[in-house]
Amino acid sequence: MLDFLSKLFGRDEEAPSKVTAKERLRLVLVHDRASMSPQLLDILKEELIGVISKYMEIDKEELEVNLDSSSDSVALVANIPVRHMKRAEA
Amino acid sequence: MGKTIVITSGKGGVGKTTTTSNLGTGLAKAGKKVVLIDADIGLRNLDGVMGLENRIVRNLVHVVESEFDFDRALVRDKKLENLFLLPASQIHDKDAISPEQMKELCHKLIEQFQFDYVLVDCPAGIERGFKNAIAGADEAIIVTNPEFSAVRDADRVVGLLTSEGKNNIRLIVNKVRPKMVSKQHMLSTHDIIEELQIKLLGEIPDDEEVIISTNKGEPIIVNDHSKAGQAYRDIVARIEGREVPFAQLKVEETFVEKLKKIIGLN
Repeated sequence: MLDFLSKLFGRDEEAPSKVTAKERLRLVLVHDRASMSPQLLDILKEELIGVISKYMEIDKEELEVNLDSSSDSVALVANIPVRHMKRAEA
Repeated sequence: MGKTIVITSGKGGVGKTTTTSNLGTGLAKAGKKVVLIDADIGLRNLDGVMGLENRIVRNLVHVVESEFDFDRALVRDKKLENLFLLPASQIHDKDAISPEQMKELCHKLIEQFQFDYVLVDCPAGIERGFKNAIAGADEAIIVTNPEFSAVRDADRVVGLLTSEGKNNIRLIVNKVRPKMVSKQHMLSTHDIIEELQIKLLGEIPDDEEVIISTNKGEPIIVNDHSKAGQAYRDIVARIEGREVPFAQLKVEETFVEKLKKIIGLN
């Protein structure tokens, strides 16, 4: 009976399409904004070097910072080769 | 001291021209001296939306080429004597004027004619026409629709405006269908604000009355019974600095929907 009523009144069983739209939009905006201003990633890179250099000696030439995306998420991926570890100060 | 506001969007067809004509009419009805500039050189339409297409003598390009001789270029509105249109040229293209000239034009309109508001109707796109239209603007209003491509383009325009140092940006979400929003099949205004991270100026329901009023060359804002008209009146009040609460757009329920609610199906 309830099934019949559901059909009669056209109850929606699918996932709401706006959730999909919002998810897609969020991912595309992360990429659009990052590619529009590569300067932003460059600034981030410089600051990362500054912070990490306090604790270890790193290979600044080989350092890579990028946005990586899969179908449902975006991640900031940093590859930072370490040359030497600094000694903890007593 | 008057100010220049650009109405822009990135994407075409979202309602920039309709919004410009309505906000201009609303501000003029509130007693302000207003001029609307159609910056869409080559594809002019603001004249038609205002119902002024038969009154054009000189246009934006003539004014700039004559070193700012405004004689017979400003077309007075049919009803409001403090509302004017500076039409676009239909035969030139976007590079007939430069951003610097546009900036000077907006300044001159405010200084020579004491306009309270200069509203610039920006063409779609982000190329020369866009750069011209935003050049003289103190503030920007972005018009978008609750859909993926319109919001994405709006985000791009926010980026371009801020990189030009224009940070006073507010958003109008146009063509909202409350019923689809309530069924979660349309992005809500809240969703859009969350993604774009800019201030909301208002939301306009998708209203057939807008099409009817555009057919007549009359802005919907003068129609007291239209919901879109009311939404535009609220926006005008906000532009004028008044606090108007953001009322949620109401869903009109059909008989079947009311019945659904009663038996608990929704």
